[in-house]
Amino acid sequence: MNKLLELKNVSLTYYTLTDEIKAIESLSFYVNEGEFVSIIGPSGCGKTTVLSLIAGILTPTNGKIIFDGNQHNVNKEQLGYMLQKDQLFPWRTIEKNILLPLEIKKKVNKNSIDYANSLLDKYGLSGFKKKYPDQLSGGMRQRVALIRTLVFNPRLLLLDEPFSALDSQTRLQVCDDVYNIIKEQNKTTILVTHDISEAISMSDKIIVLTERPAQVKSIYKPVLDGATPLKRRESKNFGVYFEKIWKDLHK
Amino acid sequence: MKKENVSKQHLLYIKKLKKENLLVWILRSLILVLFLGVWELLARLNVIDSFITSCPSKIAVTIYTLFAENSLLYHISVTLYETLLGFLIAVVLGYGIALLLWWSNRAKRVLEPYIVVLNSLPKIALGPIIIVWCGSGTKAIVFMTILISIIVAIITMLNGFLAIDKDKILLLETMGANKLQIMQKLVIPGSLPTLISMLKISVGMAWIGSIMGEYLVSRAGLGYLIVYGGQVFKLDLVMASTIILCLLATLMYALVTLLERIVIKYKQ
Repeated sequence: MNKLLELKNVSLTYYTLTDEIKAIESLSFYVNEGEFVSIIGPSGCGKTTVLSLIAGILTPTNGKIIFDGNQHNVNKEQLGYMLQKDQLFPWRTIEKNILLPLEIKKKVNKNSIDYANSLLDKYGLSGFKKKYPDQLSGGMRQRVALIRTLVFNPRLLLLDEPFSALDSQTRLQVCDDVYNIIKEQNKTTILVTHDISEAISMSDKIIVLTERPAQVKSIYKPVLDGATPLKRRESKNFGVYFEKIWKDLHK
Repeated sequence: MKKENVSKQHLLYIKKLKKENLLVWILRSLILVLFLGVWELLARLNVIDSFITSCPSKIAVTIYTLFAENSLLYHISVTLYETLLGFLIAVVLGYGIALLLWWSNRAKRVLEPYIVVLNSLPKIALGPIIIVWCGSGTKAIVFMTILISIIVAIITMLNGFLAIDKDKILLLETMGANKLQIMQKLVIPGSLPTLISMLKISVGMAWIGSIMGEYLVSRAGLGYLIVYGGQVFKLDLVMASTIILCLLATLMYALVTLLERIVIKYKQ
């Protein structure tokens, strides 16, 4: 399999007036094309920082981030970022919200608008095009946020705890929903989460991080029955992985 | 949307709500009528001296006389011109300066103490300086209006810009947006509600500015009528002008509220 993203001995130190804080120290891992990878770690270990580095919002103090064989800047054209809350702009209609990345990238044309509309149709949102975000439920809004991320056809998706703002019922549904869309669109994905079950049920590979400064503690490739996260939660081995990761996080 | 089958309880609820609203309106109007009525009555019965307190009927007559002499519209137009001009300049300039301060964190830090000092300073103290610099005409009044409105406009707007959700900025950055795009796509449309409140505050400020300016230097306008009326003990004139002022300020505020309804279609 083709490595889409590789981190080689990446470190990040940041400074305040009184402190020098090592957030990440020689972190190395890779993500294959088409893989769904979760990054899990104790809270405050710098999971989000890892995503910011990959997204090119932060620059590593040391080490290399290689995207698609390219050592230089991460190409933002190929990268979709999804945040904890949907962050839909309340003054824009659903349609306009989805076109936002295209406007920023100056790629609004007939083809891209058609593609956006086809995504809206496919994922049952075409009836809500002219509605404003506050008229949609939390789960629907998160689906819109995902489509906004997919609209410019990125090669790598970065998801920063995208379900944590939802209540637990909706959460399982949206988790399934998002997973299915991502698999259908065949996107390479990195998910940051603190929820062990979520990581196991969704991922091909789980990277467990240590406390700060973050390093790789262990890597799991869960083998589970079931096609969707909900089904995978019922799998026999699920508990085994859960226990292992839980121990890794609390030792 | 009209629903066909509204339940009995729902109808009852709607009826109760409407009744409550009606009651509030009646009580509101009653206060006004009662106030005016008692005022008029006390003046007629000579319990209060209408030479000092005036009374509603005299005020009405004064307004009518001013109108008949064609001076009412003249004085209104003078004050309205000063207020609107000062308001517009203050709002546009204030918005621009606030945007600049949002853009450059360094400029914001450098200028912050000056803004704080200018905000605390009672602008009326600058009256003599303004008269010396701008003369004793419309220019001085408009300048006073700008001075009083602009600082609050800047501060309100800047706070609105700075209150934009950091995660939304992050989202745009991950899309590769530059600062200009963040401003265009997020900061300006996202602070529209703040702009409306800034306009509402500035309406009030502009009226303070123009009337204060007229107290200082003018030869015409509603502020002039009030000062003149006070000096020659024509309380009818003072009251009449004050009431017209009330109406104009309320009208201008209502216009901003109307603008709000047109511009902001989403729930905040």
